[in-house]
Amino acid sequence: MLSLDLSFYNWELFTNYIFKGLLFSVQLTVIATLGGILFGTFLALMRLSGKPSLVYPATIYVNTMRSIPLVMVILWFFLLIPMLIGRPIGADLSATITFIAFEGAFFSEIVRAGIQSVPKGQGYAAQALGMTYGQNMRFIVLPQAFRNMIPVFMTQTIILFQDTSLVYAIGAYDLLKGFEIAGKNYGRPMETYILAAFTYFIICFSLSKIVRKVQSKVAIIR
Amino acid sequence: MDLGIFCKSTLDGEVVDHCFSALLGIGQNADPSYLDWLMKAWGWTLAVAGLSLVIALSLGAVMGTLRTLPSEIALNRFLTRLATAWVELFRNIPILVQVFLWYHVIPALIPPLKAFPSYLLVSIALGFFTSARIAEQVRAGIQSLPSGQKAAATALGLTTFQSYRYIILPMALRIVIPPLTSECMNLIKNSSVAFAVSVPELTLFAMQAQEETSRGVEIYLAVTLLYAFSAFAVNRVMALIEKRSRIPGFIVANTEAVAH
Repeated sequence: MLSLDLSFYNWELFTNYIFKGLLFSVQLTVIATLGGILFGTFLALMRLSGKPSLVYPATIYVNTMRSIPLVMVILWFFLLIPMLIGRPIGADLSATITFIAFEGAFFSEIVRAGIQSVPKGQGYAAQALGMTYGQNMRFIVLPQAFRNMIPVFMTQTIILFQDTSLVYAIGAYDLLKGFEIAGKNYGRPMETYILAAFTYFIICFSLSKIVRKVQSKVAIIR
Repeated sequence: MDLGIFCKSTLDGEVVDHCFSALLGIGQNADPSYLDWLMKAWGWTLAVAGLSLVIALSLGAVMGTLRTLPSEIALNRFLTRLATAWVELFRNIPILVQVFLWYHVIPALIPPLKAFPSYLLVSIALGFFTSARIAEQVRAGIQSLPSGQKAAATALGLTTFQSYRYIILPMALRIVIPPLTSECMNLIKNSSVAFAVSVPELTLFAMQAQEETSRGVEIYLAVTLLYAFSAFAVNRVMALIEKRSRIPGFIVANTEAVAH
């Protein structure tokens, strides 16, 4: 049996190592969620437009992103962005761009399902009232679709928060990295990995409890 | 774009004699090429994914079943709670953190695990992580069955075990094949986290070969295609299993999970 030395679990550990990483992880999650939903909605509207010139590029993009491991997508962007813009780019910015691009594909699937879950009659009624496609989407279909999607969005955000730990591959300073560096500096890697697991668990478990509450509140009664 | 990189030696960067020796099985008297390394890495990816699939499917089916046990008996209530805790634990910690726990922490707590090579520890980590997701699919599959099935089994005098064994599970496991397919494909993709504990699989190959050769695009492209191809192959195999196991006359619910 090993002995765990927990004496270094103090406020300084958090202020020196953990908060910086936590801030980046949360920031990345929020930006990627908002950016991903925007980009995903755009992709979903392309796929549902019925015009082959829009449907095919969007479909190929979404299916490609969904069939590659996130770690490889992170590596790809970290390699390609500097090649395209001609100068090196920080791991943080590269990770942010990658997550918006990657999560957009997953959010677009959620948005697509959400739009399709709105009864067809709603769209027809809007058309009958003389609304344009834009007005129809803006005032009738998307508000109802987004309301249905809120719980799924939140679940995806929890997955996204867990996935941010994969920026480890390009060495960005996220929550996990913060714990790892603290573990190295204090010479107690085991304890910090346990604490890392505990921290992620508390955050993700509480969020999933909130999702369950929200789920029962936002359901549209028909 | 220069695919010639795959025919170069991993030792001195010169073009080797038998570039396709890895694929064709020709005797290897030359330096190993990057293609040889790539194929070996692919083998590691498939081995880790395959091993963890076995662990994930068996544990996931058991845990998912336990979560649906009838709650009249105290032992059942305990088992249900245990399975719920299992699912919540393994689903709310990022896979990379779980891999680090299995690699750095758990062998110190359970000394026999110290003898385990890293690919085995990663497979256990991936298997447990995925088992939580599969348990949820299995539970949903069991709960989607009409309650008359269970009632009929009870009316025939079957015990709880018998009704699960002969009535509920044979139906439920067929229903969950589509969501299981996407979990299996996720497993191939998630096996990429094994790079973090130096299992020589595709992602680690991509990182190291990119560093050595500076031909990142070609290397990443090959690795990406192999991942996509593997996931596609899994998809086809599962479709075949679904077709073979279908019971004529039953319409199986088709649900697709959006997860990764």
